[in-house]
Amino acid sequence: MDEESKKEKFQERIDNGETIEPKDWMPERYRKQLIRMMSQHAHSEVVGMLPEGNWITRAPSLRRKMILLSKVQDEAGHGLYLYSATETLGASRQEVIDQLLEGKAKYSSIFNYPTLSWADVAVIGWLVDGAAIINQTMLARSSYGPYSRAMVRICKEESFHKKQGYEMVATMADGTPEQQEMIQDAVDRWWWPTLMMFGPHDDDSPNSAELIKWGVKSKTNDELRQSFVDRHVSEAHEVGLEIPDEDLEYNEETGHWEFGEIDWDEFWNVVKGNGPMNKERMKSRREAHENGKWVREAAEEYARKKRLAKEKAS
Amino acid sequence: MRYPSRSRLSTHDPNLKENMSEKNDTESKDIQWPLWEVFTQPRDGKPHEHAGSLHAPDAEMALENARDVYARRKEAVNIWVVPSDQIVASKGEDAGPFFDPADDKPYRHPQFYSVPRASKRRS
Amino acid sequence: MSTETTTLTKQDALFEYLVRLADDRLILGHRLSEWCGHGPILEEDIALANISLDYIGHAASLYEYAVEVEDKGRHRDNLVYFRNDVEYKNLKITELPKGDFGFTIARQFLFAGFSYFLYKQLSDVEDEQFAGMAQKHLKEVKYHLRHSREWVLRLGDGTDESHERIQNSFNDIWTYVGELFHQDEIEELLQGEKLAADSENFKSDWKELVVDTLEEATLEVPDFDQFMVEGSRDGLHTEHLGHLLAEMQHLRRSYPDADWE
Repeated sequence: MDEESKKEKFQERIDNGETIEPKDWMPERYRKQLIRMMSQHAHSEVVGMLPEGNWITRAPSLRRKMILLSKVQDEAGHGLYLYSATETLGASRQEVIDQLLEGKAKYSSIFNYPTLSWADVAVIGWLVDGAAIINQTMLARSSYGPYSRAMVRICKEESFHKKQGYEMVATMADGTPEQQEMIQDAVDRWWWPTLMMFGPHDDDSPNSAELIKWGVKSKTNDELRQSFVDRHVSEAHEVGLEIPDEDLEYNEETGHWEFGEIDWDEFWNVVKGNGPMNKERMKSRREAHENGKWVREAAEEYARKKRLAKEKAS
Repeated sequence: MRYPSRSRLSTHDPNLKENMSEKNDTESKDIQWPLWEVFTQPRDGKPHEHAGSLHAPDAEMALENARDVYARRKEAVNIWVVPSDQIVASKGEDAGPFFDPADDKPYRHPQFYSVPRASKRRS
Repeated sequence: MSTETTTLTKQDALFEYLVRLADDRLILGHRLSEWCGHGPILEEDIALANISLDYIGHAASLYEYAVEVEDKGRHRDNLVYFRNDVEYKNLKITELPKGDFGFTIARQFLFAGFSYFLYKQLSDVEDEQFAGMAQKHLKEVKYHLRHSREWVLRLGDGTDESHERIQNSFNDIWTYVGELFHQDEIEELLQGEKLAADSENFKSDWKELVVDTLEEATLEVPDFDQFMVEGSRDGLHTEHLGHLLAEMQHLRRSYPDADWE
């Protein structure tokens, strides 16, 4: 079969809703786009441990401390599931991590914002995980089997992440005046960056159409962003918090909340590495990796010695 | 680097060869532990299911890591770990020829047989 | 404040004993939690977070029972967030900074080994709730011991660098291990009531475990008879605890009236 008919047959399989597995034939670009998307997703989970991890040692109650620690631990697990899924496409974990540490790979820009108060932990759970769930629920139906299976697992585990965040948001919004001020301040700082998580407008998103055609995604950035806004505006009002958007207005006809324009200059600046925490996040990751090198080498050397001894004995 | 950085699972793919040679210029500077596939048994009496993979220097560590990574919510009562390069799988494209023979052996399926009602209920 | 003139009741002793056990686990769990996001490899990040969660969870249930025994209606978090360093009774070995991965593993191994034998005894105390707790914790401690022991072997018998690093860690930490076996009137009173472990009974088992493991890891076993620091159970700490508590408690103390649950 020539390349063109292979491509046609591949598209047919996608259109029939079939799942693509690692050893199936796939267009080179499908493979490359998936490696890019999945490794970025994995990096986001791992870098995403840092802003919240920043508060583990300062959590204000034992219950909150345990919840936060297990949530950040889950993120490590999710990064691992996603790196594993990416490896099925022939991109080793080491290779994609090198790309991250060399500054060649991207991760979600949201994690380049600082966590300045405990309320940020609450708001990250509510808004950032809330946005992630909307995206991940869609990806759980992605055409690539390992990606979709990793997402199913992640969605199952992640349902508690948003819930614990919103619970904490509600507690603080109903708390002392200082707590109320703290939580509103966090919403003010995180609202817009969260909207940016869904990426550029559909018109400026060159990959979107292709990913939809291949069944990797099933909704556009703007569609996903709209469902996020609809859900979270009412949740904010439910607990008496304000959304920092003067243009926010409910449209009776469409049943959707209309909202203001994102500051795209800020968006592109953070993507390009000028966010408040880009450099620190990368420094942290690089340090962890470098400090761990002797440990990884030791375990490998030990395994080698044991293998040799076993070979000698037999 | 002592271990192949890719699992044999996926290197069979001809597509990948191009991919690999293209990337040869970015030499890896670090070691990478081998890849292991993890199978978890959700409950006593149930079969093991593929859960995912992880990196570990040896079998003992692979088992310990698998417990933390794939069973931290008590999802498993038993775990298998297998070096990924030891797994041999049929190819997706073979799906037709590889599994079709079953189609003309209907006698392998219980629906092929008609039995009296009473004994049917027991089976 | 002085309690010297009052006689020690069984209730006081049990409360103090539970708080000591809880303090050890909370502070060690805190140190381990500092690894979260910074481990040598993702798999190990997850393992360390798991162990940290276990320790903090054990501490939480021990504090919970302590305030129940105390019966003054206070919340377990009150013990965590509103005691100063001199009131904390954790062993100094638990509060030392996390160091490199080798130091963390050396400490985990020594402490998990000790905890393992301790909990085996506590599983049989004549107090159903306490014994039940110990049985549950013991299951997890077995895993902590296995995890840290496997790593001691790999680091000890790995590369020259790892061998040297973990040997140095054991040498540095050694002066703090004597205190693991410290016992005073609190333990004595409770042992009479079959409510506490007697570490004298498993000291040799613990030593054997340590010696066997270090030897298998091609490491030298430091001298058990060397100078050992003491005083933790009286609230005498290293300089590190004050900083740890400042970090752990500052938010909660800044807003004492706020509810964070």
